[in-house]
Amino acid sequence: MAGRLGPLLAVAALAAVPPLLPKYVLEVLISVLFFGYLGACWNILGGYGGQFSFGHAAFFGIGAYTSTLLFLHLGVTPWLGMVAGGILAAAFGLFAGYLSFRYGLRGPYFSLVTLAFAEMLRVIAVNWKAVGSSLGLVVPNRGSAPVLFLFADKLPYYYVILVMALGALAITRMIERSRMGYALAAIRENEDAAEAAGVDALSTKLAAMALSSFLTALGGTFYAQYFAYIDPSLTFGPAISIGGLLPAIVGGAGTVAGPLLGSFVLTPISELTRAVLRGRAGADIMLYGLILILVISFLPNGLVGWFRSRRPAAGRAA
Amino acid sequence: MTWLFLQAVVSGLLLGGVYGLVASGLSLIFGVLRIINFAHGAVMMLGMYASYWLFVLVGLDPYLSILVTGPLFFVLGMLIQRIVIEPNRAAAEHNQLLLTLGVALFFENLALVLWQGDFRTVRVWYSGASFLVADVLVEVPRLIAAGGAVLIALALWGFLRTTDAGKAIRALSEEPEGARLVGIDVARIRGVAFGIGSACVAVAGALVTPFFYVAPDVGESFNIMAFVVVVLGGMGNFLGALVGGFIVGLAESLGAAFLPGSLKQLVVFGLFVIVLLLRPEGLFGARRGR
Repeated sequence: MAGRLGPLLAVAALAAVPPLLPKYVLEVLISVLFFGYLGACWNILGGYGGQFSFGHAAFFGIGAYTSTLLFLHLGVTPWLGMVAGGILAAAFGLFAGYLSFRYGLRGPYFSLVTLAFAEMLRVIAVNWKAVGSSLGLVVPNRGSAPVLFLFADKLPYYYVILVMALGALAITRMIERSRMGYALAAIRENEDAAEAAGVDALSTKLAAMALSSFLTALGGTFYAQYFAYIDPSLTFGPAISIGGLLPAIVGGAGTVAGPLLGSFVLTPISELTRAVLRGRAGADIMLYGLILILVISFLPNGLVGWFRSRRPAAGRAA
Repeated sequence: MTWLFLQAVVSGLLLGGVYGLVASGLSLIFGVLRIINFAHGAVMMLGMYASYWLFVLVGLDPYLSILVTGPLFFVLGMLIQRIVIEPNRAAAEHNQLLLTLGVALFFENLALVLWQGDFRTVRVWYSGASFLVADVLVEVPRLIAAGGAVLIALALWGFLRTTDAGKAIRALSEEPEGARLVGIDVARIRGVAFGIGSACVAVAGALVTPFFYVAPDVGESFNIMAFVVVVLGGMGNFLGALVGGFIVGLAESLGAAFLPGSLKQLVVFGLFVIVLLLRPEGLFGARRGR
């Protein structure tokens, strides 16, 4: 990108402009950041480590349900519940990851097993009365209560998700330049060779899995607080898993800014389609399917990869 | 208790036949293209709509609609392979997986846009027909679907064993490099395999319409079941898929009989995870380099 100035200006604009925006545009921006955040979380494991999870909704749902249940039954503020949900999700991620990696599941097999784990949690949530079964849970909104992660206005939610998204990007950048980042990239390119070179593939992948699931769960709490309603298919369903994977792929898997960039392209397209084709449910996802096919066919390294290939002088060989 | 058990076994076996045919198609595609086809369920859904509309608009019986949808979906499968997958042969494995996911999202939501989310049913005169065998209820449409599915799967197996095209498909699935060297047009055979797999699943869709609802997301559950079956039977193992279908059908229907709510799905997913972890080459498969 344009040196260091570009990202700085972008962040400044994201922080300063929203109070001036109409409510609808602000809602779209919240969506953009939300899916960009999910993409960034997915990217840590999927983009850098090459482990394509199709079941990140499992972690998202654990986060949403943990903080909401703690809030409804024990009155614990979701700010704390969020951390509890993250820890639970990371534990589940370690469990699922250990099983999968320990038994050598790679590539599409890993995708399938993550999908199965998410679907299992969805089925459990649907059948579990104590967590609201398929009716879901309502987060009571008693007006503005910042201590309880409840705001009367959209703007504070915007700043929360902005901080979360930028935080996820900052973490990604730190990982990219760390030993773990190099280990993940080595595993992604050739796991056997990486192991031969002394990379501990199992613990590297588990670390990425734990971090990725912890962060994804925080997104679940944000969702619960922002929409004030969760149910099994909204939180554990495939839509969330795809909602995180897609912006990362379109923007550029394994790049810092890719997921956010991808969401900036995808989310407004979806919102626009929905606004124009009112009453034609599905048109936006249909378009997503088409975009996914086109991006993989013509921009296999996503938008960021495409920018880089057009400016080979900017360093970094493809 | 015994009665409930027997009833569940019969229902499970009847369901399993259909799963077997759905999974045979998926397995064939995997064997030749080395792709886990996420669009398989979506193709089945389109096949079900095709049979539905042929029934509603022309009054064609769902079983006879196979004569139309079979060839039609063979061509559709070939087109999907030719247009979407073949140009990306060299792409990374996970990108090919995502391509089929893109196809699935596209078709499923195309159906939602065109026909909305309503559940539609095909009511034929034999829809409610059933008979009792030692107090166990056997529904005629389910029996026909299971029997038809097994027959078609066996016919296909015979085709793969005896014809030149079938032998080329098997050669490609066992030794892709060798198949190319002996002069098999591999791109063409990949298309044929995708076409046959799609025709299989569309036919399975037609067979279930007399007793199953049609909706845009109806393929999703079949898709996941087919993954389970294929993994159980061994990826690319055609007959394994047929046997796996019966195992999954039994597991699901016994789960439904003895577990409350929709927890039956948990049995199937649990089975899936266990098989994936312990025997990813399938119950009957020889270990194969992955």
